[in-house]
Amino acid sequence: MHQPSISKSMTSGEAGLAVGFAVTAFFCAIASAKALDAPFAFHAALSAAASLAAVFVIINRYYDRPAALPPAEIDGRANYNLGPIKFTCFMAMFWGIAGFLVGLIIASQLAWPALNFDLPWTSFGRLRPLHTSAVIFAFGGNVLIGTSFYVLQKSCRVRLVGDLAPWFVVLGYNYFILIAGTGYLLGVTQSKEYAEPEWYADLWLTIVWVTYLIVFLGTVIKRKEPHIFVANWFYLAFIVTIAVLHLGNNPALPVSFFGSKSYIAWGGIQDAMFQWWYGHNAVGFFLTAGFLAIMYYFIPKRAERPIYSYRLSIIHFWALIFLYIWAGPHHLHYTALPDWTQTLGMTFSIMLWMPSWGGMINGLMTLSGAWDKLRTDPVLRMLVVSVAFYGMSTFEGPMMSIKVVNSLSHYTDWTIGHVHSGALGWVGFVSFGALYCLVPWIWNRKELYSVKLVNWHFWIATLGIVLYISAMWVSGILQGLMWRAYTSLGFLEYSFIETVEAMHPFYVIRAAGGALFLIGALIMAYNLWMTVRVGEQEVQMPVALQPAE
Amino acid sequence: MTDHSEIDSVTGRATTGHEWDGIKELNTPLPRWWVITFYLTIVWAIGYWIVYPAWPLISGNTRGVMGYSSRADVAVELANLDKIRGDKMVVLGAASLADIEENPALLALARAKGKTVFGDNCAPCHGSGAAGAKGYPNLNDDDWLWGGTLDQIMQTIQFGARSGHAKTHEGQMLAFGKDGVLKPDEIVTVANYVRSLSGLPTRKGFDATKGEKIFADNCVACHGDGGKGNQELGAPNLTDKIWLYGSDEAVLIETISNGRAGVMPAWDGRLDPSTIKALAVYVHSLGGGK
Repeated sequence: MHQPSISKSMTSGEAGLAVGFAVTAFFCAIASAKALDAPFAFHAALSAAASLAAVFVIINRYYDRPAALPPAEIDGRANYNLGPIKFTCFMAMFWGIAGFLVGLIIASQLAWPALNFDLPWTSFGRLRPLHTSAVIFAFGGNVLIGTSFYVLQKSCRVRLVGDLAPWFVVLGYNYFILIAGTGYLLGVTQSKEYAEPEWYADLWLTIVWVTYLIVFLGTVIKRKEPHIFVANWFYLAFIVTIAVLHLGNNPALPVSFFGSKSYIAWGGIQDAMFQWWYGHNAVGFFLTAGFLAIMYYFIPKRAERPIYSYRLSIIHFWALIFLYIWAGPHHLHYTALPDWTQTLGMTFSIMLWMPSWGGMINGLMTLSGAWDKLRTDPVLRMLVVSVAFYGMSTFEGPMMSIKVVNSLSHYTDWTIGHVHSGALGWVGFVSFGALYCLVPWIWNRKELYSVKLVNWHFWIATLGIVLYISAMWVSGILQGLMWRAYTSLGFLEYSFIETVEAMHPFYVIRAAGGALFLIGALIMAYNLWMTVRVGEQEVQMPVALQPAE
Repeated sequence: MTDHSEIDSVTGRATTGHEWDGIKELNTPLPRWWVITFYLTIVWAIGYWIVYPAWPLISGNTRGVMGYSSRADVAVELANLDKIRGDKMVVLGAASLADIEENPALLALARAKGKTVFGDNCAPCHGSGAAGAKGYPNLNDDDWLWGGTLDQIMQTIQFGARSGHAKTHEGQMLAFGKDGVLKPDEIVTVANYVRSLSGLPTRKGFDATKGEKIFADNCVACHGDGGKGNQELGAPNLTDKIWLYGSDEAVLIETISNGRAGVMPAWDGRLDPSTIKALAVYVHSLGGGK
């Protein structure tokens, strides 16, 4: 391949980013020096160092690279940008194992409180958001960003737009995770569930997320296909809505620009309403829409079957988007929230049942004519079982939103069980399946290092999930029934501490389930690592022999 | 765009003609059961909106034809509670401890209330069965540090022990070792003497006469002759085989060397008088009340 010799010069992106990071480093250094609290000083110093490193990397990369940027196409075929995707695969596995491990630790703390060690940094209150953020945003987020960049390029047949922008998105996002996670351990939190990071982390995420949206939209606009693939609708809904939710739930006034503490603009029940509008739709658009996008690409691809119904995909997409956004108030049944708001939250949750199941039908029925592959391909089995868990959770969710059911289930472990049947079964398995597909594809390997290990992973993790969710169902319903038991004189039958004692055996079973899930993930990490290290190279057909397109 | 639609051989369905990276789509119509169920949930939702408060208006909201409100529900439940209890709660509030003891209905009510209050406030230290733990007395036995009559129990709950309240029980086990009152070998001797009071085996070479002398000089003032204890000072009876911190020689040496000053918080002001009364009745009824 011959490039016309051109004189090398910095792109505006390189120059702009280098200057931007240099300025950021300067301001972060000042902020660190003037910081009012130690965690803020630490974060500002870390950010100054990271910004300087970014300047160095950008300039270094400029001197190392050829004069011309990588071409969008080579001999008429898209030259896909795989580097940032490889990075997200690695980070997803890293954060996944970290998040599952912290989950196991806090599950064990509930069974054996001595494991809090009486230290602030290891207390349940700080580790719990570390767990939820690590699995949802760090593990799930890297899987979503990585697969979206892959599916987007393949289904649009173009290279990602931007030279540094995709790298800015994946590195910037993981830096946000680092700031958020270290903040929790140091006690920095705005105390909003799933939105714990403080104002400066939120601002940084906003910049990263808008860049993500621009890269995604820019690539969609440049696509070589006449239509936009269904997975990309779901990815786009995920990116846009998460931006809206993030901005809606997090407007805050910092106490000082040199300190970590801020106050949320919303107050009282409005704050609660915003919080659960955000919280529920983080489930809806991060953990549902985003991962449905993964399902819509990886299941047909792996099963080598067409998607079951185009029409169903359109109808359930728009129904899901329209209905989900209303359902948040079901998290606030029997609270100070007005009755009419609770009614809307509950009824929209019920109407959401079929739109959610549309995705399940499309996922499962795509297997028509390929069911036999489940016997031999544990990766496909993992993907299909994830859809089954998705179907189960999206039935259970609307059921739990019904007020009479909610009066028993709310605040109990049943909610934890429900969340984990979705999180471990659906989000976890669909992500594992996608990574098992993606790693050999992007590292250009013929196959996985070991299919047998995938099988082990599948069965160990499935057993773990079953232990986890059945323990939480039993303990949740038991807990709910004990809380509402009255004596004939109208006093509570059980004290809170008696209900806690009754939960103990189930907490032990839950921790055992979590341990199995973690073991499965460790097997997976080993398998993927060996695939990249020693896997056989896929023999590429020489470009010249490709039929003309 | 040209029509690339083709027939899928497995299902016999036509594809839509779109293709992305080898992925095609079938032109399958919506499953009937799916559409019907979706419509049913919508119809049900509309029905629910008619019956219950649902949609916001410019001021206020639709009320629903049943006139439901969760506040009204709470009022009904509270009214039901009143029906169960009648005016007994008011009577309980006004009754003296002696009155409660004599009236079986009041006694049952006070015990029921006391049990709930105990679970929420006392169980974290004394255990949900009131069996206590190291440093937290067992309330089921008839061994009392500050007295086991109804009035004494109520006083302890109200004002606590070493709680900082103006009327709190005071008095503490001194640190005979730390404060240099007794030498280490004397502490070992007197610890063994204390063990001998309840018939526990003593260390080889233990000099009982010397132990008795040290005990008489230092301990009798609070624990009384023969170590029978003194409830005025909260000094435990050392002969009854009931131990707050344990009877091992090492534990006793620790107790005598460094002293003990466990705290029972004062509940006066944190729980209302009628609740404290119920709690006293409940604790008194646990088995050891005098």
